[in-house]
This record gives sequence, structure tokens and C-alpha cells, in this order.
Amino acid sequence: MTVEAVRPDSFSTSESDSPLLSVRDLSVHFPIKRGLIVQREVARVRAVDGVSFDISAGETLGLVGESGSGKTTTAKAVIQLNKPAGGSIAFEGQELIGLSNSQMRPVRRKMGMVFQDPYGSLNPRMRAGDIVGEPLKVHGLTDSKSDHQQQIASLLTTVGLNPAMAERYPNEFSGGQRQRLGIARAIAARPDLLILDEAVSALDVSIQAQILNLLQDLQEKYRLAYLFIAHDLSVVRHVSDRIAVMYLGKIVETAQSKDLYERPLHPYTQALLSAIPTPDPVLERSRTRIILRGDAPSPLSPPPGCRFHTRCPIATERCSAVDPELRFTEPDQSVACLLADGYEVAE
Amino acid sequence: MGLVPNPPGLIEQGEVLFEGRDLLKISDTEMQDVRGNGIGMIFQEPMSSLNPVLSIGRQITEPLEVHLGIGGSRALDRAAELLEMVGIGDPRRRLSDYPHQLSGGQRQRVMIAIALSCEPKLLIADEATTALDVTIQAQILELMKNLTSQLGTALMIITHNLGIIARYADRLNVMYAGKIRETGSAEEVYLNPAHPYTVGLLNSVPRLDQTESGRLDPIEGEIPDLLNLLSGCAFQPRCRFATDACKKLEPMLETAASGQRVACFESQAVANAVASARS
Repeated sequence: MTVEAVRPDSFSTSESDSPLLSVRDLSVHFPIKRGLIVQREVARVRAVDGVSFDISAGETLGLVGESGSGKTTTAKAVIQLNKPAGGSIAFEGQELIGLSNSQMRPVRRKMGMVFQDPYGSLNPRMRAGDIVGEPLKVHGLTDSKSDHQQQIASLLTTVGLNPAMAERYPNEFSGGQRQRLGIARAIAARPDLLILDEAVSALDVSIQAQILNLLQDLQEKYRLAYLFIAHDLSVVRHVSDRIAVMYLGKIVETAQSKDLYERPLHPYTQALLSAIPTPDPVLERSRTRIILRGDAPSPLSPPPGCRFHTRCPIATERCSAVDPELRFTEPDQSVACLLADGYEVAE
Repeated sequence: MGLVPNPPGLIEQGEVLFEGRDLLKISDTEMQDVRGNGIGMIFQEPMSSLNPVLSIGRQITEPLEVHLGIGGSRALDRAAELLEMVGIGDPRRRLSDYPHQLSGGQRQRVMIAIALSCEPKLLIADEATTALDVTIQAQILELMKNLTSQLGTALMIITHNLGIIARYADRLNVMYAGKIRETGSAEEVYLNPAHPYTVGLLNSVPRLDQTESGRLDPIEGEIPDLLNLLSGCAFQPRCRFATDACKKLEPMLETAASGQRVACFESQAVANAVASARS
């Protein structure tokens, strides 16, 4: 995909102001090297291959896809935790690719990240208060020690924790509380964008719902933009304004949340939606399911043409030769499928 | 399955009747015969339930030898048939593969092949698809459902996913803190839930078929520590309907108006609240 194929103006959201985050044609590759002394590249995993999207202030973009689709790699590239092979990432109009670490620091203040594993992402030797207070310290956001303590207490209260818990260590918290702690740390430096990478996936359903409500409250309160990454389409649809569906390193469909459920265009999106059972036995037993054949191919050797054609129920010969570009079928819906136009939506 | 390690696990009381026999009273050798032959089980993590240093073929032929006395090339033929039955292509060649050469979905298919190899009467699937991607999850569940109905095997699905139960289960038990709190047919429980925990679970999950994506209505608080359960109903500290009686007495399963059995003193109030919230 070339930059011209998706022009920035054609991809922006309904809001007229320029987007907070604008990702264009992003590619992240991981070379696989062999050899003991002289290492040569034997293969290359195109984990993310030509991904473009925008996020406006206060908006939630959901990024959904199965394992190996490149969701997390995309998120890490946005916050510059891995080095993209090409493309552009503009945050508040500033290009991030090529920035040095010290140049990146003030930008990182404006981006928070919450990870899936609340156990693994909190330092077990730090007290909760220090974990939450660290971003304040790093970015020099507090004037005095008492101000520091006060801000920590108010952050803990904001995420629904008792300020007295600041003295405790992460192992004294439950899974849900740890995720609240992770969120408190992510919002400590007053960011404009939160990247939530499978942030609720490891939690029990009742705790998951509590955290989703908290995220909704925080968004309203601070006008945060979210890049919400998850494999669970029902959760993504619940929180997102718009959704981008990824498959093997590419975005295959983007749409407004409600449109994606009501009229999914890409056969992969349709299969994903049909694979998720709803908690209603009457509805569920009358529904026909699209069952995809086989497993997703390895990103190391993606199939030629459309990457989905090996599992696609409607693929034709052309699909194994032509890699479809993301094209707009509606002002706010785009799909990368050769057949999506004349294809009747199932069900 | 008689797999609770002892110590520390101790089955204090009760009975587990399988074909009329109490599995808690039989010897280890007799139990060995029930496992595989009578009851097959599939676990969540196929990578850790399969032996990494044995070929797939060996792992499928082992129960055939132990339980059915089929060995040699006949066992291999049967193993290939089983692999084909669970949808693994080119089964002959695959017999010599090792677990690490298979994808997560394929490993779970092999687990199903092993569990069904001796045609058990009951298959227990413990979070068998939880670790899989949704499209693979759908494949595996359809496979399990189709195979068990073909073979006439009973299927017990253990999962936290309410959608899977709604689609595949005829009857369900809702468990909380070690006890069954609500039990009945899928229609009874999903359409007219009468235990506040069941209602809370159903209100906690975002649903794809709901166009209004407002706020979720989760259960407050956290799962109790099983070491320090309070007296009375274990769900009472998180319950909106709790009364003084709930703090003192443990409710027993009783038949509710909509047909299912519920362990809750306030089940009528719960059912009424659900009905009025829906209308």
C-alpha cells in the first residue's frame, strides 16, 4: 500500500480538527538472523505491514484481531518501543519516527500505556504510591513533597482505590485492583492518549465490567483518547467509537462501531462476529455460524495476494494473486477485499 | 476424575455416581479404568497437557493399548482415523509429529482425539477453548459438539464464557465460591435468571447484539477469599438484594417460579427486578 492510497484527509474522522494521532502506512518488520559471527538476515517477519489510522482527541479507536495480527506491535510502534521499518506516526502534528530518546520524553508524557498483565507490569518491589508517583517525578510535575503525596492520593481515588493503599506492595492487591493501579500510573502525567493493550482481557467478567466503566468515566472526565486493543470484539465494540480489524499485519476493515456489527463487509470480520456466541440461548441456537477453515498462516510467510484468502469462504482465484487495498465503501467504512462490493452480507 | 491431589486436597463428603458406581469409593486401579474408558477430559492448556517428548501418534495409541488392548499397527491405524475425525489433514504423516510442531488449535484437536479415543460415556472440557483465538474457538466447539452427539457422549463444559454455555449447553449450573447457586435449563436460567450472581454476570458482559452501548452494570466488589468466608450466603457482601437473613443463614437450592432451582432467599425479588428492567 502506498501513502497515496490512503490520503490523510480521506481517513480523518467526522470532526473537523486535525487528529491527535495520525498513523500512515506504518510497517514494523522483525528480521530473523542466522549465523554465529557474521549474522545475515534469512527472513523477515512483517508484523505490521502498511497500517494507517487516525485518533481524534477524546475518541476511542478499537483495534481488534487474533494472535499474530500485529495489534501490540502497532501499539508499541506508536509509543516508540520498537522501531518502524517505514511510514509515519504524527502525534499532535509532530513526527515521532526518528526522534531521539530525549526528544521522545516530553511526547511520552502525553501518552500512557496500560498492559494486559497487571502482575507483570508493576514492579513488585515498589509501593503502590511510588508506582503511581514515578511518572510525576520523571516529568517533574509536582512542586513539593506534600503536593506529590496529594496528587498520588487523588490519582488513587480517581481510579477507585483507597489512598491508604499507597503504602502497599502490588502483591497485596487483587487482579482488578492492580489493573486500577496500572491505570492510575498511566494517567498520572495527564496524557492525551491512552494505549490500552488487552487491558481487561485477563480479568473476571464482573471485574472487567468495573474497569470498563472506570475507563468510560476517565475518558469523559479528562477527554482522553483511547487506542483500545483487544481480541474480544464484544468488549471492543462496547468501548469504541470506531473499530479497525487487523489480520496478519494489515487492517482489513474500518468502520463505526455500530456499522461493523450491523453490516460487516470483510469476510474475516463477518467470521469473527459470527464466532462470538451471545449469552442468549434462543438467539444463539437459531444463528448460523461461519466456521473458518484452518489456522491463521504464519506472519513469517504470509500467503500471496490477499492474506486471508487461504481461510476465506468466498475467495476466488484472483484473491490469491491480488493484494486488495483498503478502499472506502462509505465515508466512514473501508474494507480491503476484492469481493466486498458485490458480496451480500450474511445472515 | 479423582485428580484432586491429596494432600492438600481432601474430599470430605459426598458421592460421585458414574453409571451407578460411587467413584469416591473405588480403588485407584478401578479409577484408572474409568479415566479414558468412562470419562475423558480436555484441559485449558493443550501444550502442558500433552507430553512434549512423545510423538502425537504415541500419545494417541497409549490409551488404546492401556484400555482397549489394541497395539501395533492396528493402534496406529486407529490413531490416524481419530486424527482424521478431529479434522487434522494428512493424519498418517502427522502421527510422527511432536506437540510443538502443531498450532494451539491443532493441539486441542489432538487432545480431543485422545479424550475420545476409547469412546468414553462422558467428556469433560475444562476451559478447553479459553486460550484459543475466537475463530479457532468456534471450530473446536463445533467439533466437540458434533463428535459427542455422533458418538452419544455426554458433554460437560466448564467455562466462564456465558455465550458458549448459551450456545452449547442444554442445562447449566452457576457456581460461586464453591457452591452451585442456580441450576436449570439454559432457557430457564438465561431468560429468567433468579440468582443475583447470575443476573450480575449477565449484566457484566458487553453483548454484540445490543445496539445501545451505555454503561455496564457490574457486580460490585471482588471475589471472596475462600479461607475467610463469612457466615450466611457467600454472595451476600456483593449482593444488592441482601437482607439480614442472608447474613445469618445459608440458602438452599429451591425451585423458582420459572422452573430452575436457585439458592437465594430473595430469588422472587431478583426475578421481579429482572422482569421490570427488561420491560
